[in-house]
Amino acid sequence: MTTSPPAPASPPPVIDDVRPPGPLDHLQRVLHSQATLGPAVVLLVAVAVFAVISPNFLGPTNISLILQQTAVIGTLALGQTLIILTAGIDLSVGSIMVLCSIVMGRLSADLGLPGPLALLAGLVCGTACGLFNGLLVTRVKLPPFIVTLGSLNIFFALNLWISRSETIRGVDMSDVLLWTGRVLVIGGARITYGSLLMLAVLGVLVYALHATRWGRHVYATGDDREAARLSGIRTDRVLLSVYAVAGLVYAVGAWILIGRIASASPQAGMMDNLDSITAVVLGGTSLFGGRGMIVGTIMGALIVGVCRNGLSLAGVDVLWQNFAVGVLVILAVSLDQWIRKARR
Amino acid sequence: MNPTTPVEDTVSDQSPHALSDREPVLQARGLVKRYGRVTALAGADLELYPGEILAVIGDNGAGKSSLIKALSGALTPDEGEILLDGLPVRLRTPIAARDAGIETVHQSLAVSPSLDIATNLFLGREPLRPGLLGSVFRMLDRPRMRAEAARHLDALGIMTIQNPGQAVETLSGGQRQAVAVARAAAFGDKVVIMDEPTAALGVRESRAVLDLILRVRDNGLPVILISHNMPHVFEIADRVHVQRLGRRVAVLDPRACSMTDAVAVMTGALDPVELPEEAHAPGAVW
Repeated sequence: MTTSPPAPASPPPVIDDVRPPGPLDHLQRVLHSQATLGPAVVLLVAVAVFAVISPNFLGPTNISLILQQTAVIGTLALGQTLIILTAGIDLSVGSIMVLCSIVMGRLSADLGLPGPLALLAGLVCGTACGLFNGLLVTRVKLPPFIVTLGSLNIFFALNLWISRSETIRGVDMSDVLLWTGRVLVIGGARITYGSLLMLAVLGVLVYALHATRWGRHVYATGDDREAARLSGIRTDRVLLSVYAVAGLVYAVGAWILIGRIASASPQAGMMDNLDSITAVVLGGTSLFGGRGMIVGTIMGALIVGVCRNGLSLAGVDVLWQNFAVGVLVILAVSLDQWIRKARR
Repeated sequence: MNPTTPVEDTVSDQSPHALSDREPVLQARGLVKRYGRVTALAGADLELYPGEILAVIGDNGAGKSSLIKALSGALTPDEGEILLDGLPVRLRTPIAARDAGIETVHQSLAVSPSLDIATNLFLGREPLRPGLLGSVFRMLDRPRMRAEAARHLDALGIMTIQNPGQAVETLSGGQRQAVAVARAAAFGDKVVIMDEPTAALGVRESRAVLDLILRVRDNGLPVILISHNMPHVFEIADRVHVQRLGRRVAVLDPRACSMTDAVAVMTGALDPVELPEEAHAPGAVW
């Protein structure tokens, strides 16, 4: 025999580890198996801290404010989660959302299209934008970062062209588009239909990811694409569908945005690209793909919302809010790396 | 998997000497594959008979992996034909080979670490719930997946894996291999191909995987085993196919031929015609 067996692909299991597992190892393993535990604890701690600092924090008015502030970012982050689960990233979320909101607004306000049709056109627009990204990722085989960096600018330019850089007023639009801003009063708390819509999107995605073939294939593709391909999964199709569904979800985000700001502004949502990624990461979804729970993403979005809201209630300058969110992101990613080491 | 189980007699019920009167399950005839000026396969033949473990050995560049890729649908040969149960088949993609009943356990295992064992076993062919839940809501039939996964693991005597809901990344290397083998055995109804199943494993785990391969054969599936490890090959193979310079140069009987001679034939140091007649396994025409 002229060749020795190839080196082991993975390190052999540590059988003779002299160090007994300590409480830290135990914690690492628990967090590894329960992906949403970390975000849930962080969210509860943040709520508790701000409730102590500001007595008004837990009041129904403030809670409904946080929910409204979270609805747009939360919805975008849901779409973003799908893409990050496949080990991709989408920098064009904000641009797609703004473009969709402008398409809906212009069709309704300037062309007088009936509300449902304008809404439908916006949803189709979002899906098409997602498909565009997905085709570049799967057919041209470009990295998602580069694809969405390019399409971020393309979609934003289209948005300025279609809107002529003008804000479309809500009063000119169909009520259908503004429906997401309407308020439902539940026990003193004012919940917008937009927040409920976000929860509905969450419910559909939880089901699709965990109870259908498609969802299992999304995880498998993100976990190890070659293994998924060899198992007979058409990974290109899975990726393409993920980008298209994400685009559709962003368009729903555009609808919620119109209701929230009662207009369609070409300048809205420019910070939302990074905030959506922040929410996903805080929610415990791994940037390396294949690991994470979409429920965690909503918690991540709520963590961002709670911190921003709590700090401003406490009278802290906006710049320190950004500072705090930045620190949270870096902590969350470090934690993710540490948790991923718990392979056994 | 229980490493302490003694290996049973490796001679199968069908004596290898009776093989030549039987129809091969899988047969390759005159396969040719060229990459530019490099010829990977130069008229390669292969026969796999029911109920046997056929080891394929060969030096690097002998066309071993091209041959296996052609049989598992990962490569389309330029010339030659592949017959399954005597009928010509075209295996254009790995999925086509799989649909034809040829399952491959790749060296990389092709499992998804973060998914559980049951999901991995059914990856790419998950059963759906009966009725509206399945047809309209596309709902996975998880109870069935769990139950069948447990049954398949049990059929191969993989005892240490208790819970099919466990994530694959919590398993040891040998257990992951066992999951991949169980998947192949569960869905392969004609042939299982195993590419270097023990290459990344320690001694104890290799032992368990070899036992597992024997059990797959004893459950009725013929196995093609690609391995660099001569002791493993000689321990469990019924016949040894020697590939050299893109062709089959000999099919040896591991009970009548020494490891040294097999390696000599493989490297070209020994002309197979110089071997005594009993060293050759029946069924080989060269």
